[in-house]
Amino acid sequence: MTERIFIAGFGGQGAILAGKLICLAAMHEGKNISHIPSYGVEMRGGAANCSVVVSDEDIPSPLVFKPDVLVTLNEQSLSKFIDRLRPDGLLVYNSSLIHTTPSRKDITVVAVDANDIAEGLGSSRAANMVLIGAVAGLKPEIASVESVISELGKAVSTRNLELNELNKKALFAGKEAVLTKAKK
Amino acid sequence: MSDKLLMKGNEVIGEAAIIAGCRHYFGYPITPQNEIPAYMAARMPEVGGVFVQAESEVAAINMVLGAAAAGARVMTSSSSPGISLKQEGISYLSACELPAVIVNMMRGGPGLGNIAGAQGDYFQATKGGGHGDYRLIVLAPATVQEMADYTVQAFDLADKYRTVVMILGDGHIGQMSEPLVLPKPTGKTFDKSAWSLTGAKGRDQHIVRSLLLYPEDELEKLNIRLQEKYKLITKNEILYKTYMTDDADYLLIGFGMCSRLARGACDVLRKKGLKAGMFRPVTLWPFPSAELAKAAAGKKKILVIEMNAGQMIEDVNLAIGCSIPVDFVGRMGGMVPELETIVERVETYVK
Repeated sequence: MTERIFIAGFGGQGAILAGKLICLAAMHEGKNISHIPSYGVEMRGGAANCSVVVSDEDIPSPLVFKPDVLVTLNEQSLSKFIDRLRPDGLLVYNSSLIHTTPSRKDITVVAVDANDIAEGLGSSRAANMVLIGAVAGLKPEIASVESVISELGKAVSTRNLELNELNKKALFAGKEAVLTKAKK
Repeated sequence: MSDKLLMKGNEVIGEAAIIAGCRHYFGYPITPQNEIPAYMAARMPEVGGVFVQAESEVAAINMVLGAAAAGARVMTSSSSPGISLKQEGISYLSACELPAVIVNMMRGGPGLGNIAGAQGDYFQATKGGGHGDYRLIVLAPATVQEMADYTVQAFDLADKYRTVVMILGDGHIGQMSEPLVLPKPTGKTFDKSAWSLTGAKGRDQHIVRSLLLYPEDELEKLNIRLQEKYKLITKNEILYKTYMTDDADYLLIGFGMCSRLARGACDVLRKKGLKAGMFRPVTLWPFPSAELAKAAAGKKKILVIEMNAGQMIEDVNLAIGCSIPVDFVGRMGGMVPELETIVERVETYVK
């Protein structure tokens, strides 16, 4: 099992934290991981993204050029990175902020109203957690929601620890949203 | 359940230096290694150490020289253009036979270049970037764990041989986070009392200098001593790794980040029925020439993979005496070769 994941959004949406949390959860399950954020020039203009690899084997390159899983938090990221997604790949996108329906037919597309769901639970700041929950629901081989929750304390900074109750709810809500959709 | 930490490569270098007993860090910021000075700025006061953000790279390397002369374990870090600025100081450190650890998280060049990870400073690091007949021990880590382990080892090597040791990484492995177990201190101690500048009251003065004018053969004597030291380092300290080389038809060679790609390509090629193996120099100087010659014997072809124009090929050809055809896959200017490109290239060898 090797999953190359690319998470993209704008600064403050928590794309890089989301990647780190997936890494910690997969580590918790004994898997190999790597995480590398965008830095410098890529960050100017507000974009924030990260490459994550989760694998049972050694990880050759931490850089994900062609992801198996693409998670986009905003419109700009979706249009910029969708062509990189491998055929048969999985796109999870934040349909609260992205109103363009992706046209590629060779991929699995899952829309999650991440901001709206998070807002309903208390704060749209947890939209990234909703999307992690969705990824964990769709691809439990990467990491389970339970593992993600067990590692929350390590990834979230001390000043935000009181948000972890909300984060937990958001993670479960994300998983629930995609599993309900799958049943339909 | 994992007991490992998840840390960023650059930060790990900072923590590993502290574990090794480094209490003096002097640097000047440059992307993509800024997490090292940032980490040191936060941690050094906690462990009673010294952090100085100098006014320039030149100032920082000369602060390193001063601290090393006083017998301290000392480190500086920078990225390619900043390392170029430090070359005069590195030559002086080498002439003064002072131990120091220098980290270069390479970025795209030449010139100011860009801030993406690259490997274009191989020549500068291994052939002597400054003036005169000197060498650095150059360690090229490929994982965050190795960045920790080799940083600790670098301080011992520097003290053991009174020489400069360079950790040669790139912007990508510096920015990358991976699981690691922090190393323990090695516990080795080195007596510096015979040469360090600690105050001469009650003893003969010690002199640390790189200007040797009289008698006229004084400088040659230093050079002969340095060359003997470099021979000893070459005899004792070569590090390398191999992966499935014994039965391989094709030998893939890369250092640092590219060794990860080479190893990954071997796995893919083996599944396709092609016998590929990997040879990876860990010490770029001293280069594992005899070890490579042995691993390469009988192979049909060698493929060197680098994030530069092929700088290591010269050392590969010197090692194997040009006895086997050497091919090259590389990207420059901060670009990284893709695994598929390497696999496809090897597949052309059987067509």
